[in-house]
Amino acid sequence: MKSIKLLALLFISTLVFTGCSDDENPVEENEEEVITTMTVTLVPQGGGTTVTLVSRDLDGEGGEDSDITGGTLVANKVYDATIKLENETETPAENITDEVAEEDEEHQFFYQAATALNATFAYTGANDENGNPVGITFTVTTGDASTGNMTITLRHEPKKPNDGTLADAGGETDISVPFPITISAATIAK
Amino acid sequence: MNFKHKALVILLVLLVNPIIGQNCTYTFSGLVEDFHDKSPIVDATIYIKNLNKYTTTNLDGKFSITNLCQGKLVIEVSHVACDTQTIEVNLDKDVYQIIDLEHHIEELKEVQIQSLTGVKTKTSQETLIKTKTLDRYSDVNLGDALKEVSGVSSINTGNSIVKPIINGLHSSRILISVNNVRLQDQDWGVEHAPNVDINSAGSISVIKGASALEYGGDAIGGVVIINPPKVILKDSLYGKTIISQQTNGRLSSISTSASKGYKKGWFVNGQASFKRAGDFEAPNYNLTNTGIKSYGFTINGGFKQFDKGFDIYYSNLSNEIGILRASHLGNTEDLDRAIESDVPLIINDFSYDINNPKQDITHHLIRTKVYKRLKGLGKLSFQYDYQHNQRLEFDIRRGGRSDKAATDLTLQTHTLKADMKFDANPNRIFKIGISGGYQNNFPELTGVRRLIPDYDMYNMGVYTISELIFFNGLIFSAGIRYDFNHINAKKFYIKTRWNSLNYDQDFSNIIIEDTGRQFLTNPVFNYNNISSSLGLSYKLNPEHSILFNYGLSNRAPNPSELFSDGLHHSASRLEFGNLRIQPEQSHRISTTYKYTNDKFNIAIEGFYNLINDFIYIEPTDVATTLRGSFVEWEYNQTNANLFGVDIDATYKINNNVTFSNKTSLLKGRDLSEGDALINMPPFYTINKLQFQKETWNNFYVTLESEYNAAQNEFPDDDFFITIPTTGENKKVRISQPPNAYHLLNLSTGFDFNMSQTKIDVNFSVDNVLNTSYRNYLNRQRFFADELGRNFRIQLKINY
Repeated sequence: MKSIKLLALLFISTLVFTGCSDDENPVEENEEEVITTMTVTLVPQGGGTTVTLVSRDLDGEGGEDSDITGGTLVANKVYDATIKLENETETPAENITDEVAEEDEEHQFFYQAATALNATFAYTGANDENGNPVGITFTVTTGDASTGNMTITLRHEPKKPNDGTLADAGGETDISVPFPITISAATIAK
Repeated sequence: MNFKHKALVILLVLLVNPIIGQNCTYTFSGLVEDFHDKSPIVDATIYIKNLNKYTTTNLDGKFSITNLCQGKLVIEVSHVACDTQTIEVNLDKDVYQIIDLEHHIEELKEVQIQSLTGVKTKTSQETLIKTKTLDRYSDVNLGDALKEVSGVSSINTGNSIVKPIINGLHSSRILISVNNVRLQDQDWGVEHAPNVDINSAGSISVIKGASALEYGGDAIGGVVIINPPKVILKDSLYGKTIISQQTNGRLSSISTSASKGYKKGWFVNGQASFKRAGDFEAPNYNLTNTGIKSYGFTINGGFKQFDKGFDIYYSNLSNEIGILRASHLGNTEDLDRAIESDVPLIINDFSYDINNPKQDITHHLIRTKVYKRLKGLGKLSFQYDYQHNQRLEFDIRRGGRSDKAATDLTLQTHTLKADMKFDANPNRIFKIGISGGYQNNFPELTGVRRLIPDYDMYNMGVYTISELIFFNGLIFSAGIRYDFNHINAKKFYIKTRWNSLNYDQDFSNIIIEDTGRQFLTNPVFNYNNISSSLGLSYKLNPEHSILFNYGLSNRAPNPSELFSDGLHHSASRLEFGNLRIQPEQSHRISTTYKYTNDKFNIAIEGFYNLINDFIYIEPTDVATTLRGSFVEWEYNQTNANLFGVDIDATYKINNNVTFSNKTSLLKGRDLSEGDALINMPPFYTINKLQFQKETWNNFYVTLESEYNAAQNEFPDDDFFITIPTTGENKKVRISQPPNAYHLLNLSTGFDFNMSQTKIDVNFSVDNVLNTSYRNYLNRQRFFADELGRNFRIQLKINY
């Protein structure tokens, strides 16, 4: 008899347990760390047309591929470049550049031109506390007319200081976007 | 009772009778019979304690003692192979009483055939790992200990996350039963190790294939049964403490247990263990962030008698496991960089700190069971269990979020079971059972998309199994089981993903909410599965025996196969479930030949497993994201077969020297693609030479040679990435298995007694030659070598 009582108790307790499950719908996850959009604004020194490069992937990893908009730069010119990172899954869009700037010791941007593309890069703007570059702003110096990809990479926890190459820096890739660039010689002097 | 005793008894009876029997005329008579089948027990001894009178039962199990006086009799009824029973009778008239004795037929058998002790099945490929062997693994993982069984290997993530592989299959295809509770700990993931503290196990049975139907019908790979230590029903208090130290990882571990029993049936026992290690070492470098901190305890108490009993069991296990820092990657370029590098990309000095990435897992299990034996029928038991499994995974995150888990899943499971074992006739045993369960998965908000969605799952199973012994040596068993699974999930899909999978055509009816960017869906699936098994074992003579087994089993897809959705940082891959997955079905045929004599023992086990609609994950596409490229892996189904041979042999060269061998060969094929299956254990052979001398305090020394071949059969999942500067296409070599390797291990030890205490001292060296090698079945083989040389010392105190 005792055991039957015990069993009854157990059955009741499971009913109570299972009865607790709620039928409410789960809340949509707020994807905090996603970088959906990178905008690179290139302002030519000494005047000229500002070029804007955009890479956007609103559906995140695994949906559709990201949308990359390249640009045309003028030959033999220096451009002041600024990178802006955003999470557009939130409204208003969250500015991720600020997060990178805050953790400047743990981040660094790298710029690479395809072999065919005549462009060189230099870090500008504030260094991190240890005097190493972060690279939210930089300059692009164009050479003669050419085309090719300009790849911008953001590394998390790279070796700092490093020799400026990705291979030496290590760390994990947070961003890696190849922008198709055309350097055009045809300019009309104003 | 020998002749001397009998003579003494007769003499006593003769002497005592005339003195006290004078005015006494009552008769106490009766029948002694077997509890199970009511057959009379011949030659049982009836001893009236307070009168010092003896008699024995005749051929009909009857007895009679005459000329007794009025008053109380304290009677002890005993028989060899039975539990002695004491009864009291108040004599004021002639009394006739039927006395049931529990006849230990099974246990007798076990004494005769030592190897069968504790074995759960008689006609399947089952191997038992005993306490003494398990004790040696006190400071490592369950998955390491199971490799004692030929044909069992493991799939690892580093050296602390070790999942057993039985005949090529792992994770949801293996059922782990702890103290008769099916472990529910999110076992679908390769990097999810079973939440079992090896120190809480008394013995472990490994059954290859799904033939142990009472535990479940979907264990296509096999069943691992973890038995608690045996309860000793004597007035006793005993315990055991094992202390281990390892040089590699500077590991310390301690485990202690104590047990208190009472003759009447009450018992209580408890066990606790603690383990801590820092970064482990490969031969040439530190494996940064591979530390582990783990603790667990169990308490168990109850009342146990032959005919009734109950118990309550609780266990708690907490594991904090560091994941190799260099295995955390951003994208496929990082993966390529890691593969091409000979050493891990991040190597720091030794530390006990466990940083991100890491796992923090807590598992609670509570179980209660009652049973009652019904005379002449069998044993009826009921069981309820509850499990609470929380898995936290910490990633390297930006914006100060690293302290917040990236994955936070809580899985709760309730199960209720009832079964009836009809064992009145020990040659015709039947068992029927029913079980029902409810499971809920709850992912906490973490700022990262849910890997596994919210779901409720209900399941119900009924089974019947039988075991028939036809004549000595021929055993036949059969079983059938039906399982019903109902899963009700609530999952978000990103709209573009939903459409690219063509779910908009097949599943548009399950959308319950549109959030703009995502659909909230409500997938509900029901699965009905039948499993069955047939087995036969035959002992031709004391030396030769054979066994055949056929098992049909069906496994419903797990939540990961249906729903998983997310990025695996250690593989730079996106893994996606598939709502269209159907159950997989396995037909497994196996046969074993065993030869045993004083000097030589061998067991050869062969199997063929045909799996229809085998669920596997394959690369389908390369996705381009802002982070760079990722390979998309998606669950799919194919037809597959696996077959292999496992050999376990020992040869006694003389009284002190034993040679033993374990060898396993396995092939796995994808029949639709005509390709090899991924992650199949390569051929291995382990040879052991042991010297042992009992008169030298059980001194032993063992030299072990372990050879693992390279896996030459593997699917080609390599893919290409574009190098930004050159525009060159580069192959990422993720498929090629590592080279073959050979390891030497040495161990030695002895034991001695100190008053009431027995102390065992064991010392061993793993990887004596400090060989650098990588293991195909380690997910971190892309990043780092396996462990280097390791000195271990272990002290075991029994009291």
